[in-house]
Order: sequence, then structure tokens, then C-alpha cells
Amino acid sequence: MASLKDIKLKITGIKKTEQITKAMNMVAAAKFRGAQERMEEFRPYAGKFSGVMGQLATRVDPNAFPLMEERDVKKSMVLVVTSDRGLCGAFNANIISAAENFIDEKKGEGKEVAVGCIGRKGYQYFSKTDVEVPIEITDCMARIEMVDAKKAGQECIRLFLDGQLDEIYLLYGRFVNVVTQKPTLKKLIPISATELSEVGEETEEEKSGPKAAYIYEPDPEEILNILLPMFVNVQIMAAMLETACSEQAARMTAMDNATRACSDMIHELTLAYNKARQAAITAELMDIVGGAEALKG
Amino acid sequence: MANKLNLEVVTPTKLVVSDEVDLCTVPGTEGVFGVMANHAPILSTLKIGEMHYDKDGNIVRLAVSGGFVEVSANRMTVLAEAAEISEDIDVERALRAKERAEKRLQEAESGREDIDIARAKAAMARALTRLKVAGKPS
Repeated sequence: MASLKDIKLKITGIKKTEQITKAMNMVAAAKFRGAQERMEEFRPYAGKFSGVMGQLATRVDPNAFPLMEERDVKKSMVLVVTSDRGLCGAFNANIISAAENFIDEKKGEGKEVAVGCIGRKGYQYFSKTDVEVPIEITDCMARIEMVDAKKAGQECIRLFLDGQLDEIYLLYGRFVNVVTQKPTLKKLIPISATELSEVGEETEEEKSGPKAAYIYEPDPEEILNILLPMFVNVQIMAAMLETACSEQAARMTAMDNATRACSDMIHELTLAYNKARQAAITAELMDIVGGAEALKG
Repeated sequence: MANKLNLEVVTPTKLVVSDEVDLCTVPGTEGVFGVMANHAPILSTLKIGEMHYDKDGNIVRLAVSGGFVEVSANRMTVLAEAAEISEDIDVERALRAKERAEKRLQEAESGREDIDIARAKAAMARALTRLKVAGKPS
């Protein structure tokens, strides 16, 4: 049995850990609110954007746009959005294992696979494996800027148009609620016209409003040519914002669990400590009583 | 018939303007155009430039870059990558951006090939627009 002093030391140590995890939980909670706000602020922009895209997509011939061209797939890429920092439970591990599943599946179909990384955790993992990593953007999740999303988007578009990649998927941590974050796979390029018109229909105003004949300036084809690359950026941006939000939520849960585990351990150790103390006192008493008896006799 | 136009300026980071206005002028790719209430539906892409709107005689200026504008049923939506009202423009930052862009363009002229001229020119245009909009308070 551990000595009294050992147990005491252990209790102090765990109490300190508990303080740290509690503080991290609170920091994550504050950051989570910020991330959620940013995610919500982005929503009207993304929603409106998809609405207009969907509306345009129904008016043009999808084969005329290189970004919408469906090719025979020889090589595909998955753009993995993870967090920059750890200590958020299995959040990044879940995303990475979903990426691994994707890679195995595509390799099983006899295709080549590359991985693009947004967020340091994903890069740390994939740079050590033998898959090719053509895109690497790290240290961007603390403050998400359109510039980073744009950088990734432009690179994706370039690789696709050069013919180096035939399809690009986006994998990110979708925010379901504070306790659930789900790795989600979404096709990024080629942009499918049918999918676009589906998202386009979601906006309610369009449904209720009269279907008016628009004046297009310049013509629909040219507008779409300008908007398609922007649409890619918008989708990456949305994925980044959502991952950041999920990350903080995951950290909150992880730290909450850690704090709880700490208090459980402290409780158990305190019991053991008290028991040990009692045993020591009893032993001492026995000694004294024994000594007194011996003197008497 | 409504005689006001519902204007919304949206960027990825925030809703910049949401107001009832009399007139709004935006820099379309094919040329600057003004929109008043009951305008025909229009969808146009935007250039980097200055937009302004008039509400009860008060003119508000904004610097916008990259995006498009949609007008339908008395609602006008401007979706831009960046939009700032004249008073919110960070003049010093714009000045720095202008100097940086100038330097890059000069370097490109003197033979450096690793510079993306189109990007530098766009940065220049953004900086100049910001300065122009900030310099003329409404």
C-alpha cells in the first residue's frame, strides 16, 4: 500500500491537472461561441450564393464549363480539413480515419489518390504517410480568413484544370451539435449542375417570389464562369468555419470529461488517504497501548 | 407600389448594410449602373470599385471588391468578398497595401518573373478604391 505521503502528492498533482482542464474547458467554450457566431454570419452569404448559382445552373449547358466537366477518374484528391491543435478528444482522429477509408476505397477501385491538408493535425499525419500532399495550409484555423480558403480553392482549381486531378472531395468535421461532430465527405470539383439546382431551390424567397426574367450582365455563361471558382472557395470556407466550430465543441466535451475523471480520481484517492491515515493512527495506538501494558506487567 | 428599395450588402464575415434606400449605384463589370425601386430583375457581376446608396438624401459610400449583385422584387442583394463603409476603412492599411502593390509592380517591370502581375494589379485597384472612398466623406 502506498504511503500517506505518496497519496497526498498524487492528490495535489491531480488537483492541478483538474484546474488546467477546467480552464481549457472554459477557454474552449468562449472560443466555441466565437466560432459559432462566425459560422452563422457566413450562412447568409453562402445561402444567397448557392441560390444564385442554382438559378444560373438551370439556364446554361453544364458541358460548356471546364469546372463542371465529369471526366474518367484516374486520380482523385480529398481535401481534409482538420484543426491546428490537439487535445480535442478523437475529433481529428475521426476525420483522419475517414480520410484513410476514402483513400483505401479509391485505391481499391484502382485510382490514384492524393490528399490536401488544411489544418496542421491532418498535415502532421499525412506528411508521414506515403500519399502525395499537394496542398498544405496550416495555422489558419484560429482565425479563419477568406484568403486561406481562396488559396486552397485556387490550388484545387489549378490542379483540376491542368488535368492532374480528375475529382476533388472535401472532408471536414460537420457540426451537428455540441456533443456530436461528424466527419463528412462532399464532392467539391467537378461541380455538378443537378446538385447546384437542388441547393438553389432551398432558398424560400425564390420559391414564393415570382419567377421573373432576369437581365444578365454579362451573359449567364460568363457570370457562371466568374462565380464557379468563387463557389469552390465559398464551400471550402464554409467547411473550415464548420470544422473550427466542431473543434472547439469537441475540446469542450473532451475537457469536461477530463475534469470529471480528475474529480473521480481525487475522490478515490482521498478515500484511500483517509483509510491509510486511520490505519496509521490505529497502529500507533496499538503500539502505545502495548507499551503501557508491558510497563504495568 | 413601394418606392423604396430593400438593400442588403453581404460579405463572408458580416452583413454590412441592411436598409431601405432610394437609390443604389454599383460598379458592374459592364459598367456602373444605378438601381431604384421597382427595377427590373437583374443579375450582374461586380468590379472592384465604389458603390454608394442614397437614403433620404444621405449618401453612403462603400468600397467593394469581387462579387455580384442581384435585384428582384424590390430587393437588392450585393454579395461581395469585401465591402467597407467609408468611415470604417482603415486608411493606413490601404496606404500600406498600395505601397506594397506599387513595389511589386515595379519589381515585375524590372524583370522579376515570380510576381503575379494580375494579383498585384488587383491589390492596387482595391487599395486605390479604398483610399478614394475614404477620402471623400459623405
